[in-house]
Amino acid sequence: MGGLVWAGFIDGKKAYPTVLRPPGAVTEAQFLAKCTKCGLCAEACPYDALIMARPGDGRPLGTPYFRMRERPCRMCRDIPCTAACPTGALDTALLSGPDKAGVQQLDIDRARIGLAVVDRETCIAYWGIQCDACYRACPVIDRAITVEHLKNDRTGKHAILGPVVHSEHCTGCGVCEHACVTRKASIFVLPRELAMGEPSEYYVRGWDASDEKRINNSAGEVTTTTPRSGQDPLEYLNREEF
Amino acid sequence: MRRLFPHRYLILRRLVQVSILLLFAAGSALGWKVLRGNLSSSRLLDAVPLADPFALLQILATGTLVSAEALLGGGIVLVLFGVIGGRTFCGWVCPVNMVADLAGSLRSLGRDAHASAALSGGPISRKARYWVLGMSLVLSALLGVAAFEWISPISMLHRGILFGMGLGWTAVLALFLFDLSVQRQGFCGHLCPLGAFYALAGTYGFLRVRHLKDRCTLCGECIRHCPEPQVLPMVGKHSGAVLSGECTNCGRCVDVCAEKAMRFGAVSRAKARQDHEGG
Repeated sequence: MGGLVWAGFIDGKKAYPTVLRPPGAVTEAQFLAKCTKCGLCAEACPYDALIMARPGDGRPLGTPYFRMRERPCRMCRDIPCTAACPTGALDTALLSGPDKAGVQQLDIDRARIGLAVVDRETCIAYWGIQCDACYRACPVIDRAITVEHLKNDRTGKHAILGPVVHSEHCTGCGVCEHACVTRKASIFVLPRELAMGEPSEYYVRGWDASDEKRINNSAGEVTTTTPRSGQDPLEYLNREEF
Repeated sequence: MRRLFPHRYLILRRLVQVSILLLFAAGSALGWKVLRGNLSSSRLLDAVPLADPFALLQILATGTLVSAEALLGGGIVLVLFGVIGGRTFCGWVCPVNMVADLAGSLRSLGRDAHASAALSGGPISRKARYWVLGMSLVLSALLGVAAFEWISPISMLHRGILFGMGLGWTAVLALFLFDLSVQRQGFCGHLCPLGAFYALAGTYGFLRVRHLKDRCTLCGECIRHCPEPQVLPMVGKHSGAVLSGECTNCGRCVDVCAEKAMRFGAVSRAKARQDHEGG
């Protein structure tokens, strides 16, 4: 019986979905299995940005995570937190790749801690007020966040210079969330699994030859069957109520 | 000095426990490189990896392989305590030992010797810890995470001291009250799977308490103070060393024996066994 309570406790704690892991973290399930909660990553962080989850924090106990609004990741080039991990829960291989000269290098730009998401309803730039705090703060400026010029339909006369995040480049460092001037940040980092959708292979972007390559990954022919799809369309048109 | 002598191993043990804690704290707060990390895994002098072998065993039970560094660290700790023997980790390193000992002392406070001996019983069997050990591994395999590490009051206390306690004090307080009101050494000596792990790993170590029957006056102080009295069946009956890995090598029996009938010695298990059979 004690074992059931024990298992239930762990299962409940495991399911915390919005936890932002250090750079180079393996998938969340793997991370929870591999992390021994030793805190070497948190000790290695020169900005003390990583928090070791305490009982009462609601996060998986003893595991490291970020609170971006308080202390974001400063994207150190030598990535001391990832390098400090003794078990491979943080893996420098996930942050390494060939540089321009083709040499394997640690590259913090490869980090995918999460993805910044803009709440356009509370972001004052989308109200028409000139604010580019997140854009200016972004360490990957002009790639991860760009400023989009839009017509202000509300006033009919003015421009909107709104921040747009690009998932291809956003590391999820959270400096934008930290910099945001609204009372509660209007740009904030979410884990990628929460923040992103995923298109099916059978939707292909038009006028983009390279996008068709995604079909190659498809598992085979995908068809959708519903109770209605089995019926003859004529039958539907001939129905009385139509 | 004369007054401290009957507590020499107790004092030494507290010094070791607190020093290890302080070295970890200095690593965390001041960046000292002597010991960084915590009892789950750490680096000694920025070079030697150390890791909790039981935590790694649970991780392996989930079907996950960890890096070679962690395995090496776990191996070093396992060999170290395996060679020393007994539950030396529990007696000399684990911070919960101080909480449990405090509860144990308070429990026998103001009671005469016989009453406090009677208090050492309780509802939980000494064997329960081996079931908890088994369950830790089964639950790790089922849930995909190191199960004991998620509820361990040892990590909660140790990590709490280093990285902030949060509500972790409730777990420590619960353990303290449990030891105080339900059973002496209720957690450490009956439930803790890490202790059970080290009891098994330390069965063949060389550091053992030896009993000299000829000096024994049957005062019973050693058994009364022992956190694991079942490891001292030979006292007053025949000379010989402790056989069980459940002994924490805390040396309290050596401390309290006025006749010096208890001593630390380097004795192999085979030799100790011979003594008992010949005894």
